Amino acid sequence: MSIKPTTRSAPSGKVSNTDLIGLYREMRRIRTFEERVGELFVRGQSAGSMLHLSIGEESAAVGVCSAMKGGDTFTTHHRGHGIFLARGADPNRMMAEIAGKDTGYCQGKGGSMHIADRGLGHLGANAIVGGGIPAVVGAGLAAKRRGSGAVSVAFFGDGAMGQGILYESMNMAALWSLPVVFVCINNQWGMGTRVDQATRATVLHERALAFGLKGDTVDSIDVLDVVAAAQGTIDAARAGMPGFLAVDCYRFFGHARKDKSPYRSEEEETDGRKKDPIKQAHTELTQAGHTQQELDAIDGAAAAEMDATIDFAIASNPPAQDAMFRDVFAPGEPEPEPLRQRLDRILARD
Amino acid sequence: MEKMTYRDALRQALRDAMHEDEDIFIIGEEVGRYGGAYGVTKGLIDEFGPERLLDTPISEPAIVGAAVGAAMAGMRPVAELMYVDFIGMTMDQLCNQAAKIRYMFGGQIGVPMVLRTQGGTGRSAGAQHSQSLEAYVMHTPGLRLAMPATVHDAYHLLRQALKQPDPVVFIEHKGLYALQEDVDLNAPPPAWGKAAVHRQGDDLVIVTYSRQLHYALEAAEILAQDGIEATVIDLRTLNPLDFETIRHAVEQTGKAMVLSEGPLTAGVAAELAARISEECFDFLENPVLRLAGEDIPISVSAGLEAGSVPSPSLVVEYARKLMK
Repeated sequence: MSIKPTTRSAPSGKVSNTDLIGLYREMRRIRTFEERVGELFVRGQSAGSMLHLSIGEESAAVGVCSAMKGGDTFTTHHRGHGIFLARGADPNRMMAEIAGKDTGYCQGKGGSMHIADRGLGHLGANAIVGGGIPAVVGAGLAAKRRGSGAVSVAFFGDGAMGQGILYESMNMAALWSLPVVFVCINNQWGMGTRVDQATRATVLHERALAFGLKGDTVDSIDVLDVVAAAQGTIDAARAGMPGFLAVDCYRFFGHARKDKSPYRSEEEETDGRKKDPIKQAHTELTQAGHTQQELDAIDGAAAAEMDATIDFAIASNPPAQDAMFRDVFAPGEPEPEPLRQRLDRILARD
Repeated sequence: MEKMTYRDALRQALRDAMHEDEDIFIIGEEVGRYGGAYGVTKGLIDEFGPERLLDTPISEPAIVGAAVGAAMAGMRPVAELMYVDFIGMTMDQLCNQAAKIRYMFGGQIGVPMVLRTQGGTGRSAGAQHSQSLEAYVMHTPGLRLAMPATVHDAYHLLRQALKQPDPVVFIEHKGLYALQEDVDLNAPPPAWGKAAVHRQGDDLVIVTYSRQLHYALEAAEILAQDGIEATVIDLRTLNPLDFETIRHAVEQTGKAMVLSEGPLTAGVAAELAARISEECFDFLENPVLRLAGEDIPISVSAGLEAGSVPSPSLVVEYARKLMK
């Protein structure tokens, strides 16, 4: 397979790699980060065990995000580490958030399933399946009304195809010609339910066509294919034609950190893991003349960068106890009265 | 007596009820092949087959709504919501449909279903997977609400719930699934709607339910070393509410503390405290104290999470202050 160079102009967003080697680097960084999240858990340093890894899904994150621009907004599902990294997240602050530390993106309050960053357009990861989808309709409305030119992208899994709110959202986006894209990262498994155990209509993008959206499916194996499909979908949305893109991939590991996937066979897993966009890119790059040394250097740099995230997270402090009452409402608004304070007040009066 | 976990007792209740009543079926996400996110329904699909353990797409409103319809049509469904936090998505089906049908239709049609779910803190599961939302349910006329604290009740309350003519929301606590106790399941349970008095003392009464029962008992143990004797009441069901047991204990002690993991404001503890204040006013020596969750979302950070809800030491501290 020859390398298909992408021809898009360099975006002002974070993923500015326009060639396969850059995309490979981003995918490698994501996978290495996710592996380190697993290590954080094993070392007992993560905040809980609800850690949903996107290993195997890297081309979906990198491919779609590389077609986004600075100023674009997005929401993700609970399996969203890779997407945010592909949009330029600081992996240290991500790992710290996953460890529940105050140096994290959400000061240790959100955790793995609730990372957000207004500055990078991340309107939030979500622990309610489909919960973040309608927000892109609202963000699309805001962009249209203000004429900002921004697109808003909802990332979710095949599990969210069961949620009614997706269909309400697609209908509104189409009806109002909003700059909105729905990206279904179809990793074939919603927790322990295979996609064909959750629906008879497994060509997911066809549903979007029924609402009058542009709809497409792309295989994740070749990241350049994902880039091209995403570019088409996102460009159209920016011009007022919202779209839906399914990226077919495979969830290499269990639903969450403790899930050993007893509900699927080893054969299936072995076969599924052949759909590895990083290996594929590696092969293509080698064929194109990049040396093993060069690629090893990329891998080594990713390893060093992501090793450091663990040290950063562990060295960081948990949030101070009085941070508990902060941010229920806006700064400057009175904080909720702590229970102890209230009880002491009542007993003192007695 | 045998050693049993809360999780296993729940499964045993479902199994026994399903053997007795062919109309019972279970519907929800991952309830069949996976065996439930917390393992409660593990193995039941082998025993009862996929027609009685319906694995659904991730479609919470339709799960609850389909259970409502099946119940109206004469079945006895057990719908499962993996986390009580997802109840928000199903509020229409639960509160506008299930809760209203008998009354709105002039008593013609009942909705004999059970909605099993779990809530509470303790797993660093974050703001959308750690809530205690029982007040939403208790606030809605037409819904029954059971919240087992013990292994014995995990079994018996669920069996009793599966005999009710009206919709029962059955909220387990995620921190209790591994709780193991010596139980004799043949020992008769309190009647449906009756509270259980776990400890009898003359100094104060602690009214609670779900996991906070264990915190209350732990606190009462410590208080007893100081010579403070507490009565501890486990309400078991919040609807029906056994106020007579509360009234009796408050009249005996004159001091009452209400303990709940849910947020303080307009919560279950608020209702209980108001009712005690109104109905036992002449017997009270002090204001009724509400020890409940802080009025904030739950953080993923373990320290903030633990600080958001009452602990045994908080109960000890304020029981002592109440006694001064």
